[in-house]
Amino acid sequence: MIHESYPEFYLYKRIVHAKLFIDSKYSHSIDLNNIADEAFFSKFHFIRLFKKIYGKTPHQYMTVVRIEKAKQLLQTKISISEVCYSVGFGSISSFTGLFKKAVGLTPSAWQLQQQKIKEATLASPLNFIPNCFAEKKGWTKKSNFEEALF
Amino acid sequence: MNHVSIFVLDQDSAYEFYVNKLGFKVHTDAPMGPGMRWLTVCPPEQPDLEITLMKIEDGMMFKSSTADQMKEMVKNGTFGFGVFECNNLLATYEELKTKGVEFTKPPTKEFYGFEALFKDDSGNWFSLGQRK
Repeated sequence: MIHESYPEFYLYKRIVHAKLFIDSKYSHSIDLNNIADEAFFSKFHFIRLFKKIYGKTPHQYMTVVRIEKAKQLLQTKISISEVCYSVGFGSISSFTGLFKKAVGLTPSAWQLQQQKIKEATLASPLNFIPNCFAEKKGWTKKSNFEEALF
Repeated sequence: MNHVSIFVLDQDSAYEFYVNKLGFKVHTDAPMGPGMRWLTVCPPEQPDLEITLMKIEDGMMFKSSTADQMKEMVKNGTFGFGVFECNNLLATYEELKTKGVEFTKPPTKEFYGFEALFKDDSGNWFSLGQRK
């Protein structure tokens, strides 16, 4: 039904599945030529359509996905180099440079910042909750949230 | 606006839906004692808009009978909490459907714009429109 009403849907569908392929295989070495081939597009046509939908080239998009995954992993205690290679970057220097360009901080500075936020949230959760909601829930300054920490 | 609440039946399931399916970012996830959690998420392009995924439960906020009524109403799709916008509705529709999001109305050209309707994992419904 959608295909009949919107003939362009067929093209979009192939681009979306290429995007989902990047979402799931970001940690591998992905050759964008192969993705274009699998989506039955010429490389030029594929890049043009991908950018029209997502506002980025497939390569730029893959970098964004890797950085986002790196941000998730950096919230744990995994080392910077482990994060770098597990999200698909080939070298620490390129990872650090791209991360800083995207996030504004180096991976280690960002990891430290997130760790502090996490600790502050656990230590004083009420600082992160609008008071009206906290009161409605019965969460007051006198509450003891210690059970929640363990 | 910087905070808005969506009432959900289960916060773990809502996390899976809003973060892993819709692609929202977690803003705050704070344990507040046994069985209680303050969980807010943001659309990726609106990091200052916190959407509180508020579990419906009896206690300070709702009486037991009210909580039961609210749960039934949410499950039955009574509440439409908002409108989301995307750059390309057909592409977003295909992606979300592939991820298992349930649409109650496919992309349709209406006099007011191009829109689809989908439900979250609790039963709340939303309009998904395309930026002009």
